[in-house]
Amino acid sequence: MKRILKRRETTLFLSLVALMLLVTLRSSTFLRPGNLNSILNDTCALLIVSLGQFLVILIGGIDLSVAATMAFTGMVTALINQYNPGIPAWLMLPIGAAIGAGLGSINGFLVAFGALPPMIATIATMSIYRGFVYVFSKGAWVLSRDMTPGYLALPSTPMLGLTSMVWITIGVILLAWVFMRYTSSGREVYAFGGNKTAALFAGVRERKVEMIVMTLSGILAGIVGVLWVARYGNAHSETAAEFHMQTVAACVLGGVSFVGGSGTVVGVVIGALFFGVINNALTVVHISPFFQMAIQGVVILVAIVSNTLIDRKTQMKLIARRKI
Amino acid sequence: MRDGTRGAFRADLSRGIQEGAVGQTILEMRGIGKNFPGIKALEGIDFTMRTGEVHALIGENGAGKSTLVKILTGVHRPNSGTISLGGEKMEFHNPVDARKAGIAAIHQEASMFPDLTVTENIFSGHFRRGRAALLDWRSMRERASALLERVELDVSPDSLVRELSVAQRHLVGIARALSEDASIVIMDEPTSALSLRETEDLFKIIRALRAEGKAILFISHKFDEIFEIADYYTVLRDGAYVGEGKIRGETVDSIVHMMVGRDLSQLFPARDSKPGKEILSVEGFSRAGFYRDISFNLRQGEILGMFGLVGSGRTDVILSMLGLEPKDSGRVVLRGKEVRISGPRDALELGFAHVPEDRQSQGVILDMGIGDNITLPQVSSLSKASFLDRAAEREITRTYGTRMEIKAGGWGDEAKTLSGGNQQKVVLAKWLATKPSILILDEPTKGIDVGTKAAVHAFMAKLAAEGISIIMISSELPEILGMSDRILVMYEGRVAAVIDRKAADEATIMRAATGAATGADGRARK
Repeated sequence: MKRILKRRETTLFLSLVALMLLVTLRSSTFLRPGNLNSILNDTCALLIVSLGQFLVILIGGIDLSVAATMAFTGMVTALINQYNPGIPAWLMLPIGAAIGAGLGSINGFLVAFGALPPMIATIATMSIYRGFVYVFSKGAWVLSRDMTPGYLALPSTPMLGLTSMVWITIGVILLAWVFMRYTSSGREVYAFGGNKTAALFAGVRERKVEMIVMTLSGILAGIVGVLWVARYGNAHSETAAEFHMQTVAACVLGGVSFVGGSGTVVGVVIGALFFGVINNALTVVHISPFFQMAIQGVVILVAIVSNTLIDRKTQMKLIARRKI
Repeated sequence: MRDGTRGAFRADLSRGIQEGAVGQTILEMRGIGKNFPGIKALEGIDFTMRTGEVHALIGENGAGKSTLVKILTGVHRPNSGTISLGGEKMEFHNPVDARKAGIAAIHQEASMFPDLTVTENIFSGHFRRGRAALLDWRSMRERASALLERVELDVSPDSLVRELSVAQRHLVGIARALSEDASIVIMDEPTSALSLRETEDLFKIIRALRAEGKAILFISHKFDEIFEIADYYTVLRDGAYVGEGKIRGETVDSIVHMMVGRDLSQLFPARDSKPGKEILSVEGFSRAGFYRDISFNLRQGEILGMFGLVGSGRTDVILSMLGLEPKDSGRVVLRGKEVRISGPRDALELGFAHVPEDRQSQGVILDMGIGDNITLPQVSSLSKASFLDRAAEREITRTYGTRMEIKAGGWGDEAKTLSGGNQQKVVLAKWLATKPSILILDEPTKGIDVGTKAAVHAFMAKLAAEGISIIMISSELPEILGMSDRILVMYEGRVAAVIDRKAADEATIMRAATGAATGADGRARK
């Protein structure tokens, strides 16, 4: 029990609960199942892409191309759907994942073999990928009337009381958790991010880790790109613009260390949910949309700073108590 | 010769010093003591410097030289003792205080800003200001030019420090010291990366500074240099004052004796070693700029000590052998067969284990659990279809964690919750768990206290008795002498000597390691 209390995820979870209670005081509708359900659905995309971002941040990098990858796979699958409505809509998900894998492995290649820092590599590919969305669409939008009902239903099909989007998200969370905790590759990602030299000395292969991480980030963004376009019923060159910054913020909120090597899947999930709750709360307590963005930033800042301070304090306590 | 000469300093002023301000006591450190948590780094150190002298501070690694320098430069504060400058008691709260008092340290690389210009480097920390408190670059640039001329450095004040050679950076450091009008200039191993010619140029400048009445604190491991440039010496050993005196009248042997002549209370385990047949042979390793023509072999159950000063290339040879650094030529023969080692993975599979020198930054992954750290090298070979075998991992962790007596709350705790000593044990446990046949230990007892040292030594003896072959890189002579079956001494990238334990003593090794044995010949090869 003590162990659980000491964990950073716990403090974060408690602040999430506190935030939700606070919002409930101002708005009675907030805690209704309908509203909670919509928070969940709104947060799914962020959750999945943040888990990919999490891997990249774990090795001390950052993937700025995730939003562009989403726009890319969203546009390509929407166009396929528009011009070949006979192809089963569910196939768009594996197609999106495959395209995402391709784009992600380009990033991985640049990082692993071009020796570029992930941030530099993805700044470049961010523009390239989004640029191709223009090329494919010739600047035009694909709208919901151009898409088949099957495609549009991809994220919203109800199953056992939850939408398919939520189920997919749960699946991704579980897979990510297993990957980080129970596979040798996951362990190697932690090791590489925590201390590159020590990991290399221990036989961890730098390029393998970098390829895995960047590719997985691309795959997750690729899947979400399809779901995103289907959910909002339009694909265009500005799809999910600036979304990558939200994924970074969710990771930071979730306690993922920017120097690498530290962070958990659970933390990222809570971090993303935190983000979702703030977004929703600002609407339900009727804050003017003009203020929402700024307030959102302030809340994130406060959450991160207080979390970091609490974390530092527990760390110092741990160190003071260690056996010498 | 030791304490007895202290009074006689002023009478004997050496070589062509200006009249007047020379030979007067400028710095007096008395009874300096410094404790770090659990370690007495310095105790009762007396250190005196006079104007117009080059004073060599001599001691083995760990003798306390750098701690003393750090106290003098205000980086550390002493727990006891006094510092007087020009007869006035001083207290340095930080490095700025010390610099303002006229003490300038020329560090090797650390204090340079490679991407700034020479002028900016010279004046960083004490920029000149002109009108409206804006920086007066023109005056600084002019002053920098003058200073560069004075240290005979022919580069533009606008060139970036990055573009300069190591020797040139030293001169910039000296120019910086001059710009602060320092009366005491500290040079910590200034020649370690310099060629013979560059060293001579540096010495010319040092002599000029001495003639101006500056006091120069000179730290070097190279005896030929100490005898060439220094007037006085102070010897430290194990954090204590041993003696001081004039260099003239001393010999390499007398100084070495003062450095290492410890009462060998530090016991090493009795070893009844019978090395078996040759297991490893390294042949003709060369890498331009690092080392040349290195060959050695290793027998089963043998401890081969590798000794050499910083920069002698010991660690570079080992890193190349393991495929962590490149090499130009050379081959590795393992049990009679030539092997290719292109990286840590190959080395691991062939039975090598390498415990790096800086175990905290190169060995431990602080954010990971203790168990995860220990099993890391085997994590992929242990897992089935890439899924971890947690039971096997726990078993290994328990076995080796217990064997190394790691004091931890639980094996799942993060490594950063451990003390430094226990983190070191984690690294050892990690490599022993790979069941190596050849274990490479780089400075195995660096930075650990005497009690733990003895435990590490006993453990090494036990491993060797079990048939594991050990290469031990060490800068500590007693350790080299106490543990090795054979000793490979390196000097400036070459094998200076391979000495059998029975034939080895401190003086022989030290002479080989400082080039005194090869003498002029050793230096001329460069």
